[in-house]
Amino acid sequence: MTAELPPGLALQKVDERIMTLNVGPQHPGSGHMRLIVQIDGDYIVACDPDPGYVHRGEEKMAEYRNYILNIPHLERPVIHDSCNVLYPYVLGVEELLGIEVTERAKYVRVIASELNRCIYTMYWLAIYGIFLGHSTMFMWPAGDRELLIDLMEKMTGARVTHAHFVPGGVRNDLPANFEDVCLRQVNYFEKRIREYADIFYDNPILISRTRDTGVLSRQDAIRLGTTGSVLRASGVDYDLRKKEPYDVYDELDFHTNVLKEGDSYARSKIPWLDMLESCNIIRQALQKMPKSGSVRVKLKPNPKGKIGSVYKRVESGRGSLGCYIVSDGKPEPYRLKMSVGSFRNLIALPYLLKGEKLGNMPSVYWSLNYWPVEADR
Amino acid sequence: MSVIAPQFKLSEFIKSLLDNAFWILFLMVLVGLPALMIVLFVIELPVIDGELLTPFLAFTAIVDPTRILPVIHALMATDIFRVAVFPGFGFAALLAAGTIFAERKLLAKMQLRVGPFYCGKIEGILQLMGDGLKLISKEIIIPAKADKPLFWAAPVLFVATAAAFVSLIPVAPGWVVADIDMGLITVFAVIGFFPIITILSAWSANSKYPFIGGIRALFQMVSFEIPLILSLLGVVMLTGTLNLSEIVESQSTFPWIVFLPIGAIVFFITMLAELERIPFDLPEAESEIVAGWLTEFSGMMYGLVQLGTYLKLYAFAALFVVLFLGGWHGPMVVPPFPTEILTEGIVMGPVTAQIPGLPLFTQDMLNGTFWFVLKTVAVIFFILLPRGVFPRIRVDMLLSLGWTKLIGLCFVNIFIALGLLYAGVLGPGGLQ
Repeated sequence: MTAELPPGLALQKVDERIMTLNVGPQHPGSGHMRLIVQIDGDYIVACDPDPGYVHRGEEKMAEYRNYILNIPHLERPVIHDSCNVLYPYVLGVEELLGIEVTERAKYVRVIASELNRCIYTMYWLAIYGIFLGHSTMFMWPAGDRELLIDLMEKMTGARVTHAHFVPGGVRNDLPANFEDVCLRQVNYFEKRIREYADIFYDNPILISRTRDTGVLSRQDAIRLGTTGSVLRASGVDYDLRKKEPYDVYDELDFHTNVLKEGDSYARSKIPWLDMLESCNIIRQALQKMPKSGSVRVKLKPNPKGKIGSVYKRVESGRGSLGCYIVSDGKPEPYRLKMSVGSFRNLIALPYLLKGEKLGNMPSVYWSLNYWPVEADR
Repeated sequence: MSVIAPQFKLSEFIKSLLDNAFWILFLMVLVGLPALMIVLFVIELPVIDGELLTPFLAFTAIVDPTRILPVIHALMATDIFRVAVFPGFGFAALLAAGTIFAERKLLAKMQLRVGPFYCGKIEGILQLMGDGLKLISKEIIIPAKADKPLFWAAPVLFVATAAAFVSLIPVAPGWVVADIDMGLITVFAVIGFFPIITILSAWSANSKYPFIGGIRALFQMVSFEIPLILSLLGVVMLTGTLNLSEIVESQSTFPWIVFLPIGAIVFFITMLAELERIPFDLPEAESEIVAGWLTEFSGMMYGLVQLGTYLKLYAFAALFVVLFLGGWHGPMVVPPFPTEILTEGIVMGPVTAQIPGLPLFTQDMLNGTFWFVLKTVAVIFFILLPRGVFPRIRVDMLLSLGWTKLIGLCFVNIFIALGLLYAGVLGPGGLQ
């Protein structure tokens, strides 16, 4: 048998006790990816995440389109969080083109990105609920998400893929009476998501299931390069909105949610706490926003960037999201690279699942705040 | 917002009711009556009261109560009626179908959605029928490496075992399919079959996820059978019988839940685990092992397993009612049969009819069935409720719950029963 193998390859010896499970890509608990899980009885011996099933080549595509045409396809990796995905790209292009954005546009961007963070987190939370077998927690966030989607539809004209952020501001000004509607919806939304504590976060079965499972220590979280809610659940106070404020985040008063436990429960609770904080930010931004003024700087057709490179990053729903643009003076970027939070959080998965029970796999996996499509780009 | 259900209008509701009634009548006249005629021509008809029952006589008998009622009485006295219709399969299947519908609507109300709505026009009552048709019309796919005879047999065995369980339940005084003295022991024996069928079907599928699901089901059912049996020991000690009908009779003044609340709670929890309902739906945990031991079932095989599951749900709820809630006992709410129909007859326009065959059912039986159904529906409601509230628990938590906490509580329950017995409160010379 070994003689037939090509040189350099050898058969791996497999313990007969070990069973290999292909969790995905056609599995209710995987998303658009595959986890190759080896189990010994009920315990996971090894886990090998295998992303790449939804790779679209966004970065290569960006090299053939000019700075404006790149907007609609660069938001595709996470359509629920499309404003935040575009944010670093737009900030980078503005620096390359040397544009200064108006004050009102900056506030509109903050409102849109916070609304989008909530929309993304609600979707994530719905899937987290159904992964734990809690069907009410699937339906409630999926329904309450509609409140904010309606707002975004009023604001941008589209329900999910908004393509709202453009270099130089936002595409359209806010519609009339938007501030009042937004305030009302956001207040109701906050009241609704506070109710989730009663049915989900304070549920004794949920706590006993997710407490002390998949514990990521502070050192490991930093060493593995995790970001966003995973990092903050492990006790690291790291939020780019605070550490490297972009647009008008330095003028707003909000705090970063940090939990020390580093287990699945803490990781699942941080995004929920962030949503409550987002409501706070939106209310402040609505109050401080200049009531009138331009929201978009007029650009020359087919603008050319200056020669050089720029790296901008923002805090998205899944953590730090960076965009590196190299320009050689042409209307198209010479190279564009996205550094996404999902992929950085996925790296922690094999370490967390080792030695866990099979029943903990969905809760640990999805608590990493991971979006398969974003990881593949 | 997204799709919103149309506003409820009384006129629309009445219109849809009339519409349904029209279609039922239409189909009955067009299809039902010719079919009945064909059947009557083909089968060999019996001789009743010295004259041969021709199709013509049979049709006249349908509208003539004096002739049809003795036939119905004779039919109701047969074993096949008991097995197939009233305390047996038909009654249980009707309640099970109602349970599926109630579960969908109830869960939908809890989760801020409408649930089945369009099929059948009135709140989607025909959705179950549609799903059944869909399952029947689907192709049955058998895994290539499956052990085919066992794999085929498993769903049928599952339904058969569930139906056997149903047949042990006394619904009203004297109305039980199998009235055996060792009733409760038989119940335990029947419950003991479920893990065997589950592991056989899971193993014969020769696939990884069904195998893991089957092993989980085996763990769960076997480890919860012990607290299940122990929790019922208190009732047996107080009544001194294993016959389910006699256990119901012993609760004419107090249901046992008053004296043995701990036993009732333990039995309820173990019941949820035996039924594989949330929070104990580990054998079918979707996000971990696809659909557990049901993964490879397709088409009507899956439908049969679902039918068995809901029959089992009804049977467990009924067992809870029989053992702890006093079965058919309750205040008399059914009015007595108006005997003047027999003596004076009822006036129907120009005709005054005396119908000697009535009443079909005694007042006791109707009242007993009413209370039994009411209590069973209440218990089923509490079985359905956790699905909207709890997430799934984990295998190790489940096993530690079953082997330590529940068994401990069972012994507390047994000591309470013994204390009541020795103190003379219950048992011989006591309240009962």
